[in-house]
Amino acid sequence: MSAGNMRLTLKVWRQSNTDTKGGFENYNLDGVSPDMSFLEMFDILNEQLIEENKEPVAFDHDCREGICGSCSMFINGQPHGPLKGVTTCQLHMRSFQDGDTITVEPWRAGAFPVIKDLVVDRDGFDRIISAGGFVSVNTGNAQDANSLPIPKENADEAFSAAACIACGACVAACKNASAMLFVSAKISQLALLPQGQAERSIRAEKMVAQMDAEGFGNCTNTHACSAECPKEISFENIARMNREYIGAKSSSKVL
Amino acid sequence: MSWFTQALTSSIGKKVIMSLTGLFLISFLVIHASINAMIFYNDGGETFSHWGHFMGTNPIIRTLEIGLVLGFLIHIADGLWLTKLNQSARPVKYAVTNASANSTWYSRSMGLLGTLILIFLVIHTSHFWIPNRSNQFATGEELNLYQMMLDIFQNIWVVIIYVLGCISLAWHLLHGFKSAFKTLGLYHVKYNDAIRVIGVAFSIIVPTLFALMPISIYLGWVY
Repeated sequence: MSAGNMRLTLKVWRQSNTDTKGGFENYNLDGVSPDMSFLEMFDILNEQLIEENKEPVAFDHDCREGICGSCSMFINGQPHGPLKGVTTCQLHMRSFQDGDTITVEPWRAGAFPVIKDLVVDRDGFDRIISAGGFVSVNTGNAQDANSLPIPKENADEAFSAAACIACGACVAACKNASAMLFVSAKISQLALLPQGQAERSIRAEKMVAQMDAEGFGNCTNTHACSAECPKEISFENIARMNREYIGAKSSSKVL
Repeated sequence: MSWFTQALTSSIGKKVIMSLTGLFLISFLVIHASINAMIFYNDGGETFSHWGHFMGTNPIIRTLEIGLVLGFLIHIADGLWLTKLNQSARPVKYAVTNASANSTWYSRSMGLLGTLILIFLVIHTSHFWIPNRSNQFATGEELNLYQMMLDIFQNIWVVIIYVLGCISLAWHLLHGFKSAFKTLGLYHVKYNDAIRVIGVAFSIIVPTLFALMPISIYLGWVY
């Protein structure tokens, strides 16, 4: 990483824990390279804060290669910043100008309470998956690859839905903090494959019920979720989830 | 809770109610615009009054009118309920949002546009529908709606309010029309283009036709 010459002002949300009130702190950062990722820029900021005997900014990160979905940062009014189809770790400082002021906030949703600074609790997503985002089969050895033939188009469509990394950008982007893109992708990836058929109805009913219980908002079809999704999950999944849910409610065995 | 109540009060259920009542109100707009457009025959309101009389006295239409009032009330109440829930889903707001990067302003402003239409609707029904139906209840006689239009639309401020109401309706429909289909799960490459084109055409043609009515009367094109 070459030393750079960008000067930035960072306006970062600081909050010590869920129960305390947070607020913005301003930090000046010099020598930022345009080749740094946004998270590397935050590493530099934290080193600077540690040297000044200040509390470093808490932020979620793990793989730093765009697939874990940890790095939840709402940057200048957009989840994962201005670049399309990427997570924060894949956003580089060349997307910004020297002298910029960058505002960084955590995901804002009642269902995603702030744990500390930019770290939010996304357990709600796990509870939705536990409610029905699985197939109940004994695993054992891996099956022969061609024992269950699936047309390529179906496999591709299911795979596109399965590309969801549960980062929560859809919730963060939605004006209603709705989780419908996430839930619909998880319902779709199984509804499109033969393995998911047996529990198809109950899955849609239970996952939607859990989504509602978590306190996420309701979809108003603005497509903001899909536009901001780092994995570019299609909005078509939400329409499919609506069909799955309406169908399940009107025909499933559950009374 | 029965499965039916559970379905209707779920997030998707509430949206389905919004969608179905919205489509029902859209179908009402077709009838309303078609019959009112009879004033453009410029025959002293003869054709318009003939159909107005049919709509005001036919027992089937009068029964459907109860459904229409219910349709409006449910659409408004459900909309308010959803708006309240959606606002509480984000108790702490963002300091900076760049929503124009990912969605259109009118898709994010359905509540505001709906409220503007509601204000217009109160003014509009107090001009025509409420006095007419009240008179029918009291005396059994219908009022001369054509003459009322000619009188009411002489005031420029009334004309401006009606035009603003139509503009709000146009933006509301521009998102609402296609959104209603998506909520019902009808979103597919086979017919997405058709829904989009029909939706845009409907959102422009119907409100323009409505707006032309007070304008034409004010300017003396229809008399």
